[in-house]
Amino acid sequence: MIPLVWYLIVAAALFCIGLYGVLARRNAIGILMGVELMLNAVNLNLVAFWRYVCPTNVAGLVFAVFVIAVAAAEVAVGLALIVAIYRSRDTVNVEEVDLMRW
Amino acid sequence: MALQIAFVIFSLIALIGAFLVVTTRRLFHSALALVLSFVGVAGLYILLEAEFLAALQILIYVGAIAILIIFAVIVTRHLMDPKARAFNEQWWRAALVAAGLFLILVFTIAKVPWPVSEAPLPTNVIFSMGSSFVGTYLVPFEVISVLLMVALVGAIIIARER
Repeated sequence: MIPLVWYLIVAAALFCIGLYGVLARRNAIGILMGVELMLNAVNLNLVAFWRYVCPTNVAGLVFAVFVIAVAAAEVAVGLALIVAIYRSRDTVNVEEVDLMRW
Repeated sequence: MALQIAFVIFSLIALIGAFLVVTTRRLFHSALALVLSFVGVAGLYILLEAEFLAALQILIYVGAIAILIIFAVIVTRHLMDPKARAFNEQWWRAALVAAGLFLILVFTIAKVPWPVSEAPLPTNVIFSMGSSFVGTYLVPFEVISVLLMVALVGAIIIARER
């Protein structure tokens, strides 16, 4: 049996890589990809805790499915926003989209 | 032993894919690496005996989300000059924050005595998942469907040409 800690460390690494992508990328689509990686890490944690801590209660799996559904909605709206910004400002670089910055 | 080897292979696929996603300069290669990472995570789900979730992961993440991202990359591709900087000037601070968070997380994970249960897997996981979707978690389930509907309509309205 694989120890639970291995899964948690892999998920932590995945989350941190995604966080780096979100913070460091200049392209809005790259940021969205980082967010997807972070959501994947969260899902991995949920499933690992379900399997190891209480396999009789399916709450972990159910919430992983919810997270997948929310991720699908998030990426649809995010890409629509990126396409809209691209149309009106001709860029997908988040440093040039500063209309609402102070 | 075989399980451990499979775990290491799938985690390496997931982590190397993720690393390529955030470090590759060309966004199209990033999107392809994202598919690799999703497949690695799906393999980890199979090792966790959550086959249904692995199928969902392949269907929704690889089949829908990654393809959608690739389409967005293709639509906006000529905008990002491949020679331009892919990262902002604070990338080293971001790397510091990510590495620090990783260290804190690993420290915490190693310190906490996780209450691992040896209970065997119930035989009808998918059945109990389905009944909790229409039982205990009925309200979140309905809210999620409304959210998906709103997101779809909103995405069409936002991206529509005026």
